[in-house]
Amino acid sequence: MSNFSVFDISGRAMSAQLVRLNTTASNLANAGTVAGSEAGAFRSLKPVFRTVMDDHGRATVQIDQVTTSKMAPSKRHDPSNPLADADGNVWEAAVDSAAELVEMVETARQYQNNVQVLETAKGLINETLRMGQ
Amino acid sequence: MASEKLFGLHATALQLRSQRMMMLASNIANAATPNYKARDIDFAKALDLAQQGASTEGAISYRVPVQASLDGNTVEMATEQTAYAENALAYRSSLAFLSGRINTLSRALKGE
Repeated sequence: MSNFSVFDISGRAMSAQLVRLNTTASNLANAGTVAGSEAGAFRSLKPVFRTVMDDHGRATVQIDQVTTSKMAPSKRHDPSNPLADADGNVWEAAVDSAAELVEMVETARQYQNNVQVLETAKGLINETLRMGQ
Repeated sequence: MASEKLFGLHATALQLRSQRMMMLASNIANAATPNYKARDIDFAKALDLAQQGASTEGAISYRVPVQASLDGNTVEMATEQTAYAENALAYRSSLAFLSGRINTLSRALKGE
């Protein structure tokens, strides 16, 4: 990592936010799904952001890893469900829908912020190119 | 320096504004990174240092958050956005000064 331009900084931040939005989407899509065993139940995904610095003190962000949440799937007694195990239990996906929705709104906002930063910087660079003309 | 004579401090100012823009963009990019510490350039101090020919590293400092967050991140969106907008405006005004100067010079050269 040597020299980030404003396009690197905001562009990579946007791609990181997009990964975050994708995990939120898959969490919400799987909310309410059930599985026949505790191990097989869906657990929500969460990306971990990490700062990447260059030699000039500028920083952008990247996804370090995508972790699965430690929240345990909840057991529900539902013998009529075709997925139920021998005892008639199913496990519901460990997804907190409200938290995911909040996450989604925050992600969208921060993505927008980066777009705005990029747009302003692009305008300034364009004006600089036209300097003196 | 020849450019110093022609453009005054606006050439230096433009460079510093661009540096500060990158730093504020870094802060906004890391708005969701745990433990990220926002930084900013003290523009007046940086301009002083640059005019003495010194490195502007000494003008960079960590931002003191109004309200600390639990994950150790000190980026406050309102602060960063205001600073970014202010910096963009100042960049634009430096650019206008430079453009005016260039126009004056080229008119003098052409003898209009």
